[in-house]
Amino acid sequence: METKKESLVLSRQFEKVNAILEKYSYKVDNLITILQEIQAEYRYLPEEILTYVATALQISPAQVYGVATFYAQFSLKPKGEHIIRVCDGTACHVKGSSQVLKAVRENLGLREGENTTSDLLFTVETVACIGACALAPALMVDEEVYGQMDEEKVQQLIDRLLGEGEKADAV
Amino acid sequence: MNEKMAQKAVVVDGQEIVLNGEKNILEVAKKANIEIPTFCYHSDLSVYGACRMCLVEVEGRGLMPACSTPPEPGMVIKTTTSRVLQARRMMVEFYLANHERDCTVCERNLNCRLQAIAASLGIDEVRFGERKEKLPKDTSTFSLVRDPNRCILCGDCVRACKEIENIGVYDFTHRGSQTKVEPAFGKKLSEVECVYCGQCSIRCPTGALVVKSEVDNAWRAVLDSDLMVVAQIAPAVRVAIGEAFGLPPGEITTGKIVAALKKIGFDRVYDTAFSADLTVVEEAEEFFRRLQKGERLPQFTSCCPSWVIYAERNYPFYLENLSSARSPQQMFGSVIKNFICQVENVPREKLVSVSIMPCTAKKFEARRPEFIHDGIPDVDIVLTAQETIRMIKTANIDFRELEPLPFDVPLGAGSGAGVIFGVTGGVTEAVLRYAYERLTGQELQEVEFKGVRGMESVKEAEINFGERRVKVAIVHGLAMLQRLVQDMRRGERYYDFVEVMNCPGGCIGGGGMPLEYPDYQEVLRRRAEGLYNADRLSVVRKAQDNPSIKFLYEKWLQEANSEVAEHHLHTHYYSRRRISDEVIRIQEAKSAQKVDIAVCVGTSCYLKGSYDLLQELLELTKEYGVEDRVSVGATFCLEHCTEGPNIRINEEVFSGVSKDKLRQIFEEVVLSKLVAEAH
Ligand code: SF4
Ligand code: SF4
Ligand code: FES
Repeated sequence: METKKESLVLSRQFEKVNAILEKYSYKVDNLITILQEIQAEYRYLPEEILTYVATALQISPAQVYGVATFYAQFSLKPKGEHIIRVCDGTACHVKGSSQVLKAVRENLGLREGENTTSDLLFTVETVACIGACALAPALMVDEEVYGQMDEEKVQQLIDRLLGEGEKADAV
Repeated sequence: MNEKMAQKAVVVDGQEIVLNGEKNILEVAKKANIEIPTFCYHSDLSVYGACRMCLVEVEGRGLMPACSTPPEPGMVIKTTTSRVLQARRMMVEFYLANHERDCTVCERNLNCRLQAIAASLGIDEVRFGERKEKLPKDTSTFSLVRDPNRCILCGDCVRACKEIENIGVYDFTHRGSQTKVEPAFGKKLSEVECVYCGQCSIRCPTGALVVKSEVDNAWRAVLDSDLMVVAQIAPAVRVAIGEAFGLPPGEITTGKIVAALKKIGFDRVYDTAFSADLTVVEEAEEFFRRLQKGERLPQFTSCCPSWVIYAERNYPFYLENLSSARSPQQMFGSVIKNFICQVENVPREKLVSVSIMPCTAKKFEARRPEFIHDGIPDVDIVLTAQETIRMIKTANIDFRELEPLPFDVPLGAGSGAGVIFGVTGGVTEAVLRYAYERLTGQELQEVEFKGVRGMESVKEAEINFGERRVKVAIVHGLAMLQRLVQDMRRGERYYDFVEVMNCPGGCIGGGGMPLEYPDYQEVLRRRAEGLYNADRLSVVRKAQDNPSIKFLYEKWLQEANSEVAEHHLHTHYYSRRRISDEVIRIQEAKSAQKVDIAVCVGTSCYLKGSYDLLQELLELTKEYGVEDRVSVGATFCLEHCTEGPNIRINEEVFSGVSKDKLRQIFEEVVLSKLVAEAH
């Protein structure tokens, strides 16, 4: 069953890529918008798709890569299904956001340089300010804010999230 | 100065300079004998104006970049004020902070613009931090070494590759303190579309992009008394090597180079212009036959390895049109390993063949498997002009004072026609000198075909060969070539013969030549003039009149395009994939009994509608309900571009696939495979 779902997703994505290219008339001027829409599809910008885009727009892959790496909004690595954003704004920073970040990463088993878990469930990012300074140090899991985090709370949170993930898998 | 003139004048460091169409302050300053330092300015590339080295002070306006500021009448310009000096020092320190600074062990030591500018400003300390992270060097090609730790992000290579070649191997990537100049996805040069021409490297102001040196191998060979080392010298280098020893560009130093190589320990020194003559005969005869039969026209020249590899990757439909004649380097390699070894009575493995070339791509060409026989390459070592200069310096030879020596017998010098191979239009002119006599049976009175000379990026000429009018085009720089090919494919232009050189000006602008100067175009012009002078001074000016050529045909090759000649002097070409293999997974079959199908979406197939095929294929798998047993992917090149669109089913490639044909193939091949697997 899973096979079918996945291939449907892949073929739909690729169709989408072509539709996006068509929609923007294969114009280099629209490269950023094209990449945005492709990223919305894949949740990141896969290398082979970028090469494909370069071929279709008749520009060099280096140029596409240059644009894709310039803007912080683009990701060239796959992103997880859930994004954990640890706030590193001034308030959170002062209240120990780096400990929180460390705890999050440790609990997810991320190695140095890795931001996404190998099962593609979680991606960890830091952000400037999520506007929850009163709750510092804070973090967000997708759209939900969790405040006054410490190492213990982080552990509980992650355990819970992982548990949910397993439950979902078992279905 | 009268009033009227003063209106069209500027003042540079107190000196009045009358304007005469100068594009920028740099050019005006030059008239006042002031060479303003630059990193990112190149007269033949677009103006980028980002390195800030060229800042000058303009009265009433403050600091302005000289490279991108056009002079205006009445401007008062000061090139050396304390603000200017301070700004330049800051910039250089800033560059140095991010730059690996072990100059003494750098390939570019004493030949580096960054070093020279730092020295001239007397920088004795760098106040900013040092770079922490050390990035790996890219040594993946035969031609170049890229050391990102020495890159100062001037972007010269980015523009060179984009504007001259329209390949665009590099670009600026990432941003802020992480900014880099690198190929797509941080890949190695061998994994991208680089044609190894070195145009980026001669413009790099630091040691970040350098020629891959074979100097150590060359020394080892010449110092080994067991080996016989035979050199060939390409036409272009004879008018450039002198530059490194204070001689003006274009000065002919052929005899001095021979003498220097002999001092270094080369046993024999021959002239690549000689094998260029051989190329002329073989290539012109080939052209002659094609003209008569009216097939495989236009004939493209094939002596430029960067062009050849570009054609192999991008123009599969023209591979038949490329002359099958090997390049002069490879012809000589073959002559050395198959003929000279007999004359000298030395076994092939004891004979080392070294070529002295203007070109970094020749290093790649020498390693093409077609030119290696039983593990022994026809050309063992390729030294660029830069590396040759290094050897002459290492041997402490006073180059300027050398007594010229002649080339060795029995092959001697090339004709004037062979010599002009080194400049754009030269191959065509050399072939015309041959073809005219061959086709009309009359002696050619005026050997100089002025119409094919000059530095315009595309030249066209029509020549009357008796009845037949032959149309030729000459192009240099792959960017221009791409436009020309586009027109030709659209049927807007037609030619019988097309000469293609990758580098601006032809081989005289090769990526292995002495580094680019601020006055590059002038240098190229003078090198070209040098070659035309050398031609004029030659006793023999047509390939067919070269006695050594006659000798070689008599003794070995029999006649042009004979079987022996075909075997030793001709070659063939392959379509190559543009980008290293990557399949975009679209539909993944998890069943073990499955069929893998890849549809090529490389440029050529893409244009022929392979995307529609892909859609159709997905439809077909749905229609037959075999989605989970058929993997579908898009891939970049199946290397049969002429017959595209192509698809690959398991290991088998199907070409010229139309929608209807796809259904047929699907039903006959794919479904029957699935049925067979299931049983
Ligand atoms: S060697 Fe030529 S093709 Fe390769 S990156 Fe440099 S300029 Fe571009
Ligand atoms: S590699 Fe050389 S030419 Fe290219 S950006 Fe770096 S310093 Fe400039
Ligand atoms: S800014 Fe003028 S040379 Fe770079």
